[in-house]
Amino acid sequence: MGTVPYGEALELQAELVAQRRRGEIPDTLLLLEHPHVITLGSSSDPQHVLLDEAERERRGIELFQAGRGGDVTYHGPGQLVAYPILDLKPDRKDLHRYLRDLERVLIDVAAEYGIEAVRSEAGTGVWTALGKLAAIGIRVSSGWITSHGIALNVRSDLSYFETIVPCGIPDRDVSSLERELEEDAPELAEVSQRFVEHFARVFGHETIVG
Amino acid sequence: MSRIDVPMPQMGESIAEGTVSQWLKQVGDAVARDEPILEISTDKVDAEIPAPASGTLVEITVAEGETVEVGTVVAYIDTDAGAVAAPPEASPVPEPEPEPEPEPEPQESDPVEVAAAPAPPPQTAPPPPEAASTAPSGGVETAEDRLRTRSTPVVRKIAEEHGVDIESVPGTGHAGRVTKHDILEFIESGGAAAEQVAAAKPAAPATAAPAKPVAASAPSDLWERFYREVHHPEFPVRGADTVEPMDKIRRLTAEHMVLAKRIAPHVHSFIEIDFSAIDRVRSASKERWKAQGARVSYTAFVAWAVSRVLREFPTINSTISGNNVIYRGNVNLGMAVDLDPGLIVPVVHDADHLGLVGIGNKIVDLATRARDRKLMPAEIQGASFSITNPGVLGTMVGLPVIPKGTSAILGTGAIEKRVVVVTDPNNGTDSMAIRKRALFSLGYDHRIVDGADAARFLSRLKEMLEDFPEDA
Repeated sequence: MGTVPYGEALELQAELVAQRRRGEIPDTLLLLEHPHVITLGSSSDPQHVLLDEAERERRGIELFQAGRGGDVTYHGPGQLVAYPILDLKPDRKDLHRYLRDLERVLIDVAAEYGIEAVRSEAGTGVWTALGKLAAIGIRVSSGWITSHGIALNVRSDLSYFETIVPCGIPDRDVSSLERELEEDAPELAEVSQRFVEHFARVFGHETIVG
Repeated sequence: MSRIDVPMPQMGESIAEGTVSQWLKQVGDAVARDEPILEISTDKVDAEIPAPASGTLVEITVAEGETVEVGTVVAYIDTDAGAVAAPPEASPVPEPEPEPEPEPEPQESDPVEVAAAPAPPPQTAPPPPEAASTAPSGGVETAEDRLRTRSTPVVRKIAEEHGVDIESVPGTGHAGRVTKHDILEFIESGGAAAEQVAAAKPAAPATAAPAKPVAASAPSDLWERFYREVHHPEFPVRGADTVEPMDKIRRLTAEHMVLAKRIAPHVHSFIEIDFSAIDRVRSASKERWKAQGARVSYTAFVAWAVSRVLREFPTINSTISGNNVIYRGNVNLGMAVDLDPGLIVPVVHDADHLGLVGIGNKIVDLATRARDRKLMPAEIQGASFSITNPGVLGTMVGLPVIPKGTSAILGTGAIEKRVVVVTDPNNGTDSMAIRKRALFSLGYDHRIVDGADAARFLSRLKEMLEDFPEDA
């Protein structure tokens, strides 16, 4: 879908969730990029955004309350964002399993590039030895319909993550395919293709890509 | 009237509890069956919970922010009050029927195994080593197979075209990965030809496999479990107690402290510092500094001296990273600032390039903005050594924890007047004198810093502070 402003993506997801609930559309996977944006999850403390408003605006970073689980995160150019709009009924009604499945897709995509990524007991997401490669935050709407999803750093400018490092605590580092592979890093489009392949395999059905 | 329960729903087999993040309906509101009435959050998931029946929300038993076990009643709905009498079953939401039998997903219990586990089951027998390395074309490859090749699709394609076994190509990328540059250079240098000859001999080249840098990534499951995961044991709550969740900063601090101590074997050494010379410099410069508006605390003197001494002791300005030691090229001093509650560690970057007044002003500026929460991210990152001042609150000495990614931290105790024995340099006579002194402790990572190194560092620091240069 190319680059979609965060606010528009929120509206689109809300619409697709409603349509999915009414059975008007099949399970759908949205793949896109966002312009620079910091989003807050339900458990985020707004103080964990380290930029004041003026500085944030000067740097052209939007701020949103995302309505998903998880803490504050950053999205921006060079990051693959995938929002699966799935109906988990009847046989996938286990949110942990859903999270683990998303992690599995990400681990398999990383392995395509020879990168060993793992999940961590400490939190949802996927890490390499260098840092967090992908973030996960999802929402389940009434009727077990999923929205939000994953953000995989492909060629993200990782310095933007510094705008959300919590005070004084050297948090885990962030990584990207580019940081792992340097000049051999793939293009976003190629990674998207591989993501779709692994997503379809792990979730075991034909997927409409929007 | 029929009053039905709204329980905290079972959102997954391994999910034992949920937090009420928001009530979308209030007591007295009419609700329709399947209409969302509250939002809960578990882990990284937010979920809307629909009403199990139509009626009126008559009681909310769990407030926003509270966490309760699955099955706990969070609210009651009076169905008589609504238009439709709903079935009286107290159904967990969403959807009442019990979870089906646990699906056969054996990896679920072992995250590490899953990390490397292949999804499609075929090709169970591990292929012979030679075959594994040359990425079987078109075959079903597992994540594990791909990892073994330490390469991207582009590199694998080049290798295949030139008949090169990627395992014999030295990788210079992260975790020993073979980059495009590596393989092109390997082919260029004739390695491919040698490789093809070697491959022709049956079993012999199997020995080429060991001593590969890929081993660096092997202990990652250990790394994961030991160096990343922190579980705080739980304790029974007694009647008069109050229980509050830790906020994010406290959680991260707790985790960081556990990991810091788990990784670095801590040792502490102490030295007593006499502040007479520093006091002389302070009194001599007082007027001048006042005119400049400069603010030079005792801490500034310590930071100045530490930054100079660190240049002479590279191991104390280093960190162990995997099987390497990173010697930091900059002297960046983390200065712990008490926020009460909480702690922040702003960093004076390149402190060894700043003069005494420069360091003093920088410390005041950082501490002020830290308390106002106006620090930029870069200003709290990149410390190569830290200083903490437990003495500011009167304690004699502290045993500070070494921040991850550094090898040492200095703790400065309270500066107090003490009676000490001094020797007259002219006639060798001993006498008692009153001097301002403080105990300093150096916490150091004993993997990289030996006791003698620490002693030499502290002695050198003492020397510099007790003979403080006038022109700093």
